[in-house]
Amino acid sequence: MKAVIVYRLVVVAALVAILEVLCATGVIDKITMQAPHLIVRDLYRLLLSGQMNAAIAKTLTNTLIALALALVTGVAAGALIHRWRGLRNTLDPLFATYYAVPVFAFYPFFIVVFGLGDLPQILIAFMLSVVAMIVNTLNGLDRVPAVLVKTARSLRLSPVQTALRLTLPSAAPYILTGVKLAVAYAFIGIIGSEFILSRGGVGYEISFAYTNFDNAIMYPLILLILIASIAINSVLGRWERTLLARRGMR
Amino acid sequence: MTAERWRGLRNALTLIIGLLLFWQIVYWIVGDVALSSPLATFRYTATLVTSETFATHLYDTLRAFGIAFLLSVVIGLVVGFWLGFDKLSGDAVEPMVVTIYAIPKLTLYPILLLAFGLGLSAKVAFGVIHGVIPIILFTLAAVRNTKPILLKTGHVLKLSRPQMVRWILFPAAIPEIFTGLRVGFSLTLIGSLLAEMFASQRGLGYLLMTGIGLHNIELVMSVTLLIVVFAAAVSTLLLQLDRRLHRHA
Repeated sequence: MKAVIVYRLVVVAALVAILEVLCATGVIDKITMQAPHLIVRDLYRLLLSGQMNAAIAKTLTNTLIALALALVTGVAAGALIHRWRGLRNTLDPLFATYYAVPVFAFYPFFIVVFGLGDLPQILIAFMLSVVAMIVNTLNGLDRVPAVLVKTARSLRLSPVQTALRLTLPSAAPYILTGVKLAVAYAFIGIIGSEFILSRGGVGYEISFAYTNFDNAIMYPLILLILIASIAINSVLGRWERTLLARRGMR
Repeated sequence: MTAERWRGLRNALTLIIGLLLFWQIVYWIVGDVALSSPLATFRYTATLVTSETFATHLYDTLRAFGIAFLLSVVIGLVVGFWLGFDKLSGDAVEPMVVTIYAIPKLTLYPILLLAFGLGLSAKVAFGVIHGVIPIILFTLAAVRNTKPILLKTGHVLKLSRPQMVRWILFPAAIPEIFTGLRVGFSLTLIGSLLAEMFASQRGLGYLLMTGIGLHNIELVMSVTLLIVVFAAAVSTLLLQLDRRLHRHA
């Protein structure tokens, strides 16, 4: 286990060192990219100055709204579809091919319908993340032990009670996998659509800095997004592992 | 078997009819300003597809996508086999690759544009970053989960490493690798289209953004329809092949 972590650190350090050397020797010129240590310094200054606070707040708020909608709708829809066999058979081909369809292709169309506000972005992020929630909820519900369902029946629990007290908690580890994916997708949806066309947010600031060749803003912001998504992903990953370990599944 | 296939067809048809109905109803609610009806869109798509400029846009997208997918497959298989073989490298690098999957890669596109310039190579590179990850991950898992008895047989026969890959690991891993290729195919397509939407002068993604600029709703909807139908059709086909491979395995 120790050797693995050392290996990983060496890989990252080597990549940063290579970039640093390439920038110092001028193989990568200043207009293309700044040296890594300068990017870190610029990010620190940028965060301290507070000029990006509004953009960061906007991106985070929209991501959270989309995520909350996707979580609630996804679990509810998953529970409903699980009970309704015919609906599930009809929707299965949709779920199977859903992530092969570029959801971002709908973004222009949403802008036409809803205008260039927050709504099209939230809708894209929601569309990306809700299906991950539904599919993983279904997957978890499929694996609920039959004995639990029988217990619910002999206790004469109503369908809603069964879902809330037995089946959904039992499916929790799988639903958490869905949450992990949904967080990533919501983030990708919001930042991606901000990036393509919008009037604010971190994605917009990056694309704005790009069009102005303002590397002192563009690279630090890209770094910020990388750090944020890696941090969120590893926290959720750890949680998922402890939950699975408690069930003795890993 | 035939009954199963018949049921699958019926489900797909129900779904398509349901989606078309949904579209028509939304059209009745929203109206002409923001949406064109299914019929009008199909008619516009027919004229669009036969127009001369469309062929060049389509060719551009398909070329970028084709090169990107080819590169993804080659890089993905090589890296995947290496990481699957070498346990230490695999353990160290796999979580990093999984993390790359979760970051919004669109934000990396400006870096690629600065490095490659506005054109085909930036689009290809962007497609590759999307497509290569699932291929690496699935290949890695496939190689690692090869049945020990197959490996032992190889050792007994004193196969060299390349022979081991050619005669044992590769055939055993094909169903899993195919799943990786299927997911990689979709993601490469998404990557190349996104690249075109953000910055390019040609291609279907560019056509979409032009549609918004000109407020040409029919154009936007026709291109969206074409992309969705193409992606869904190919992915359904690949999914069928995938299931068949897994059934034989």
